[in-house]
Amino acid sequence: MGTATTDSACVLDRDGLDALVRVLRARGRTVVGPTQRDGAIVLAELESAAELPYGWGVELEGGHYRVIRRDDEAAFAHSAGPQSWKNFLLPQRVRQWTADRGPDGELTVRPERHDPASYAFLGVRPCDLRAIAIQDRVLTGGRHKDDAYRARRDGAFLIAVECTEPGATCFCVSMGTGPAAGPGYDIAMTEVLDGAGHRFLARAGTAEGADVLAELPHRAADPATRTAAHEAVDAAAGRMGRTMPPVDLRALLAGTLDAERWNDVASRCLTCGNCTMACPTCFCTTTEDVTDLTGDHAERWSRWESCYDLDFSHLSGAGPVRASGRSRYRQWMTHKLGTWHDQFGSSGCVGCGRCIVWCPVAIDITEEAHALHQEALDKDSPS
Amino acid sequence: MTAIPLPYRVVETRPETADTVTVRLEPVHEALPPFAPGRFAMVYAFGVGEAPVSVAGILPDGGLLHTVRAAGAVSRALCALAPGAVVGMRGPFGTGWDLPLAAGDDLLVVAGGIGLAPLRPLVQAVLAAPQGHGRLNVLIGARTPDDLLYRGELDGWARPYCGITVDRPGAGWRGRVGVVTTLLDEALFSPAGTTAFVCGPEIMIRATARDLLHRGLAPDRILVSLERNMHCATGHCGHCQLGPLLLCRDGPVVGYERAEPLLSVREL
Ligand SMILES: Cc1cc2nc3c(=O)[nH]c(=O)nc-3n(C[C@H](O)[C@H](O)[C@H](O)COP(=O)(O)OP(=O)(O)OC[C@H]3O[C@@H](n4cnc5c(N)ncnc54)[C@H](O)[C@@H]3O)c2cc1C
Ligand code: SF4
Ligand code: SF4
Repeated sequence: MGTATTDSACVLDRDGLDALVRVLRARGRTVVGPTQRDGAIVLAELESAAELPYGWGVELEGGHYRVIRRDDEAAFAHSAGPQSWKNFLLPQRVRQWTADRGPDGELTVRPERHDPASYAFLGVRPCDLRAIAIQDRVLTGGRHKDDAYRARRDGAFLIAVECTEPGATCFCVSMGTGPAAGPGYDIAMTEVLDGAGHRFLARAGTAEGADVLAELPHRAADPATRTAAHEAVDAAAGRMGRTMPPVDLRALLAGTLDAERWNDVASRCLTCGNCTMACPTCFCTTTEDVTDLTGDHAERWSRWESCYDLDFSHLSGAGPVRASGRSRYRQWMTHKLGTWHDQFGSSGCVGCGRCIVWCPVAIDITEEAHALHQEALDKDSPS
Repeated sequence: MTAIPLPYRVVETRPETADTVTVRLEPVHEALPPFAPGRFAMVYAFGVGEAPVSVAGILPDGGLLHTVRAAGAVSRALCALAPGAVVGMRGPFGTGWDLPLAAGDDLLVVAGGIGLAPLRPLVQAVLAAPQGHGRLNVLIGARTPDDLLYRGELDGWARPYCGITVDRPGAGWRGRVGVVTTLLDEALFSPAGTTAFVCGPEIMIRATARDLLHRGLAPDRILVSLERNMHCATGHCGHCQLGPLLLCRDGPVVGYERAEPLLSVREL
């Protein structure tokens, strides 16, 4: 038994994973992780590691999601599910403040107190780890900070699990976000399942991560486990289900605003907004102002909103700026892959594939990007 | 200052037109950080909601003027406020008019409709420091003579030129009829040394900028104030995107060299 530090890896067995959940809960954390429920692998509060989806995998395609039984007991052999961590860090509805009007018209505004659950997220995929970093940048990296988000985020302990079983809709390699975990985790693990047993190669990324690991039953990382873990992640990189065209996507999107392809995709897109709800980086919200029956107590809420809503771009007198479905799909995709760079210094897409899976008509952002690229090539060199 | 509204009291209201009111606000307790011409506040009407409203006057005592046109639920509620009422205020937000950029230049201030509101404090700043620039030209377009804002003040703005034109003349109107760009023939400026400040409906902005480019102004000397839907004004709600820009943060005032390619894409 060794002491885990930020630079030394150790190996946990399944009982180590059990202890991980126990230790985090004992530290007052709400542990959230994947679990199999109603035919999907959802993110939910876990009371024990036994609730992890051992032996479950997923079958993914455009517009298609199905959990399948695996012939092994892997806990993390599934890729992105219907939710993402934004459901916890940026909940669908958040009260921002409450206000009261006194008898003399006096206005008293009370900020919401931010004492969120202190979460531990178990099983953050590398793409989602990047998605969290991207939302951090959007909501707290600019001149104005979203304090409520900051409080939820500061309290969250992140346990990344590298990908060894990418889905058919995954393209993290194209986006440079996986399948190995980038920075930002407290603990990163790689699941290894071979003749030598079921185990997890773990390393700490922060002092608290090292503290937690040290409390778990573990052993020093042996060369065979290290090799098996690295090979599994390397192999995953070669098994991506999707790719993006190998070009500067920001330039591609900036240069194709008038492409014919937008009409094509618009003829298929239902502007339902599912892709924005499922996407781990989409952050847009609207506000709701409500009053109680007396009319003297008011609240301001923010809730998720989709750029596919007609009202999203409403201007008094002028109506919606983006009235056509074509302009709304274009807004979403150019924002994800292009203008996000201008606004927030990175891509807004991490290649998780959720938008492809949860689109009712199987519209595929990678296919659309390839089509735009092809159209741009054809335009440059008319045959 | 930017997340939670501060209470401001309505101390005076002045009807400008049938649907537009100028309100004077004073902080009930603490004041927001100082505003500058072209910047805006999120003004909260109790229980109804918030709207982005440009500052139309910056008073030495910390008071602010806002001119609001009743266009929907929130703006109607703001127009209906009586003295004594309290609103919530967040701000200041956005880029302002870059007056230092125009140092020594002739100035063209071109407004369409309610677009005159954000330009009023700019004109006042110019009038207060006349030595900093060349000739001041104010060009105002309104739908009808009855829609003209700040009627009592306009005479003092002709340094040397303040022109008014309307789309539809009423009985008794002796002034000009036509789009605001027709006033450019009367304005006194030398294009190579002129900065323009333009606010109004988007088609008016584009037509004005086109005309100014044609007359030889450099695109980055044409500053335009753009409008998009805004909910948070802090860059977090995503509504005010115009391509690469978040207009609450990178605007509303944008140089035309950046705005032109974006405005020319339909439904961007
Ligand atoms: C930077 C900026 C400065 C402005 N300055 C002024 C000003 O000085 N005077 C003035 O009268 N008006 C100004 N406006 C326009 C004013 O904000 C809108 O008329 C107002 O928000 C309309 O809201 P409403 O609830 O009254 O209308 P509704 O039409 O009922 O609004 C419906 C919904 O659309 C949104 N919405 C509608 N129009 C706009 C809009 N133009 N901008 C943002 N959100 C909108 C509202 O938030 C609301 O959710 C400015 C707008 C911007 C962006
Ligand atoms: S755009 Fe699609 S693939 Fe990219 S991060 Fe969002 S949901 Fe995932
Ligand atoms: S791309 Fe698909 S999920 Fe997104 S709005 Fe269109 S139909 Fe809905």
